[in-house]
Amino acid sequence: MENTINLTLKVWRQNGPKDKGRFETYKVENISTDSSFLEMMDILNEQLIKENKEPVAFDHDCREGICGMCSLYINGRPHGPDDDVTTCQLHMRKFKDGETVTIEPWRAAAFPVIKDLMVDRTAFDKIIAAGGYVSVSTGGVPDANAIPIPKVDADEAMDAASCIGCGACVAACKNSSAMLFVSAKVSQLALLPQGRVEAKARAKAMIAKMDELGFGGCTNTGACEVECPKGVSITNIARLNRQYLAARFSE
Amino acid sequence: MSKLDAKIPEGPLAQKWTNYKDHQKLVNPANKRKLDVIVVGTGLAGGAAAASLGEMGFNVKNFTIQDSPRRAHSIAAQGGINAAKNYPNDGDSVYRLFYDTIKGGDYRAREANVYRLAEVSNSIIDQCVAQGVPFAREYGGLLDNRSFGGAQVSRTFYAKGQTGQQLLLGAYQALMRQVNAGTVKMYTRTELVDIVIVDGKARGIIARDLVTGELTRHFGHAVVLATGGYGNTFFLSTNAMGSNGSAAIKAFHKGAMFANPCYAQIHPTCIPVHGEFQSKLTLMSESLRNDGRIWVPKKKEDAEAIRAGKLKPTQIAEEDRDYYLERRYPAFGNLVPRDVASRAAKERCDAGFGVNSTGLAVYLDFKSAIERLGKNVIKARYGNLFQMYEKIVDEDPYETPMMIYPAIHYTMGGLWVDYELQTNIPGLFAAGEANFSDHGANRLGASALMQGLADGYFVLPYTIQNYLADEIRTPRMTTNEKEFVDTEKAVKARFDKLLSIKGERSVDSIHKELGLVMWDFVGMGRTKESLEKAIKRIAEIKKEFWSNVRIPGSNDGMNVELEKASRLADFIEIGNLMAHDGLNREESCGGHFREEYQTEEGEALRQDDKFAYVGCWKYEGEDKAPALVKEDLVYESVKMVQRNYK
Ligand SMILES: Cc1cc2nc3c(=O)[nH]c(=O)nc-3n(C[C@H](O)[C@H](O)[C@H](O)COP(=O)(O)OP(=O)(O)OC[C@H]3O[C@@H](n4cnc5c(N)ncnc54)[C@H](O)[C@@H]3O)c2cc1C
Ligand code: SF4
Ligand code: FES
Repeated sequence: MENTINLTLKVWRQNGPKDKGRFETYKVENISTDSSFLEMMDILNEQLIKENKEPVAFDHDCREGICGMCSLYINGRPHGPDDDVTTCQLHMRKFKDGETVTIEPWRAAAFPVIKDLMVDRTAFDKIIAAGGYVSVSTGGVPDANAIPIPKVDADEAMDAASCIGCGACVAACKNSSAMLFVSAKVSQLALLPQGRVEAKARAKAMIAKMDELGFGGCTNTGACEVECPKGVSITNIARLNRQYLAARFSE
Repeated sequence: MSKLDAKIPEGPLAQKWTNYKDHQKLVNPANKRKLDVIVVGTGLAGGAAAASLGEMGFNVKNFTIQDSPRRAHSIAAQGGINAAKNYPNDGDSVYRLFYDTIKGGDYRAREANVYRLAEVSNSIIDQCVAQGVPFAREYGGLLDNRSFGGAQVSRTFYAKGQTGQQLLLGAYQALMRQVNAGTVKMYTRTELVDIVIVDGKARGIIARDLVTGELTRHFGHAVVLATGGYGNTFFLSTNAMGSNGSAAIKAFHKGAMFANPCYAQIHPTCIPVHGEFQSKLTLMSESLRNDGRIWVPKKKEDAEAIRAGKLKPTQIAEEDRDYYLERRYPAFGNLVPRDVASRAAKERCDAGFGVNSTGLAVYLDFKSAIERLGKNVIKARYGNLFQMYEKIVDEDPYETPMMIYPAIHYTMGGLWVDYELQTNIPGLFAAGEANFSDHGANRLGASALMQGLADGYFVLPYTIQNYLADEIRTPRMTTNEKEFVDTEKAVKARFDKLLSIKGERSVDSIHKELGLVMWDFVGMGRTKESLEKAIKRIAEIKKEFWSNVRIPGSNDGMNVELEKASRLADFIEIGNLMAHDGLNREESCGGHFREEYQTEEGEALRQDDKFAYVGCWKYEGEDKAPALVKEDLVYESVKMVQRNYK
């Protein structure tokens, strides 16, 4: 049933990468608990525009939890106080009337702030470019059913492939490590015969790139898995480590 | 009136594509490096095209408005992708896929293009598997298929409810491999804001860096637009917030034809609208209709009690439920094509049988499927969709039926292209949802992904060479040429003008107003009067926008409101085109339902003697009505008949 709530918002505002940034406080009223968190942000922005102020910049696109573009750190949690959802899938029924909500961007050296709550995640693209693919070109490939793949492997590969590249794992990690993200791609491809051929080289290249881009090392705290909106499992990190060690040994 | 030549190759339907490839011009490897191709868009169509062209050795520049190519709207596709593999051995074939697509499109698509689409469909699946796309499999290790609306065979490949995501990631990874190899240069958070024409040919684009606000000039021997559809004209749609029709409108203003703008698809299974602050509509994949049964109460008083919150759907006895699709269409039942399912839902709700507090919803019920197959099977098939529904609506679809209502979802219309996917401007190509070519008046489920990847992997990389082969002597331009300078000046003037209005209304408030006009007058049921009214109202909205929009901030640096305003200005133009096209088309076909033209049973009634053509619109100048140009649809292989899903 529809309910409405009033909230105080503490929102991080930052003009650009060089600006120091600060929190600004806003009030929003009569927010329907059926609306999504980003719809609440839309209402805030409408309000700011009315007052002739600059609206808050934040990333979003699909608004259904699949593009990985939304990225807010809400009350100290990446993607806010609900499990297994992205910020765009978070609904206002998770908040109480009168609550103060703190909204910040992802904070990690490898993800510099562009403006307000928007960060630059091109580092993830660079990691994929370093080897997160099967080296086949268009055309001249075998029939899709030429190699049967056990259903369990295909399903497990699919689970790893569910990663949406949002970066919550990095934001949740005290070391700003990108291991969960990297391991998801390495695992998906290593589980499939098509990707197995290059598995070791891939793991090595992606990890080298990750280190180069300023992500931290993994100390197995597991914070990434807890905050991952797609339930990507840390067992993928173990698999990645196996691939990586094998690559080092075969050098 | 200029004539449109679709350049359909000679020969029997099944041989056309082979004949074309055998005789087209090619570019040799040494020359490929000297040729620049601009690809705008990194969705299935753009991403696949850019990757493939890069692999071939062309010098590719690829643009996207998102922060990463992996976030193009294609990522959101849920249900699946069609191909004529016939793995389940249920009688499928290239011809049958072709025929279903033509019929599903209500006989308003071009035969030769559709046949080619069906023909290359199998290569797409091979390609994706080779890339490591984790399609669903059976216990024997082979690929699994499901069925989709408008077909009687199972030809849909899927990866959980995330097929678009997996296909796009496959294309994205191929693309990043080329970025690494240096053949593709990626421009993220960069928006095409105009197209540069030199001596009648497309030679480049003006782009805006969304982070700095800076305008940049880019030269290309050819330009490919793979910028997606224009469903967001309606404000509320299943499309991503950033999906837009601006690139198509820029092309239109430069002389490219806009084909069949009125063909917009309303998807039957979306989560109903819940309030005025709503920002988008969420699709519940059509695949749910495989196991879900659609119904409304048989008795009006039950519907009223449900709307008032006094009765629950689970309390309605079996015999008091009207499974209206099964009743009206026994052969296809819940799997009728989207346009038919959408109109049937509207018909029941208009007649007073709708549910939800608004009365604008019907039930999609999994009770019998859960009884038949068990909760675990249903969970394995649709788990993520059920979770998505529950997070939004706060109800558990395993326990109580989902509520759904139609919403705008896909646009079949788009830039007119010939067989080679070239617009009527030489050197300007359009691929994926941005073109009009393959779906006629209605698209079948799981066919957009197929078309996007067909265009991107297997069609455009060939056909564009037929054009580029004649360009090997054209030297790269410096972008200091007059045409580039002038186009950039015009773009800057437009942005300055937008910022100088300093009116009272936010971009979104005007966009919502446009959306309501579109939904009410250019929506599921259209009439001469409603369309005329729409044209009038859209002109008023245009005036309001250009005199009263408020955009805070400046052009230096990131300005999201400015981006949105620029796109809204273009949506207003598209809305106008849609209304003109709908008014001209005095028949009902597929997604275009003119209430004056229906059978006694309320089905779409085509007027083949008058309207078996592609309605192409030519820009005639600011504030002038667009001019109609026709491409006649000549059917050599299929006979046009009334669609029948009974
Ligand atoms: C929720 C949902 C579910 C769907 N499910 C299915 C399904 O199951 N099966 C199916 O077959 N189809 C489905 N579809 C349809 C299908 O997803 C789309 O039609 C298809 O993905 C479009 O691909 P595209 O490459 O043409 O465009 P898009 O994926 O929309 O990509 C457009 C690209 O162009 C870029 N762009 C746009 N404008 C500009 C500009 N001015 N400058 C620079 N770049 C620009 C964008 O950044 C983006 O990269 C679904 C659609 C939706 C909305
Ligand atoms: S692993 Fe999870 S948290 Fe990390 S990027 Fe992928 S989806 Fe986001
Ligand atoms: S906006 Fe796409 S995942 Fe949130």
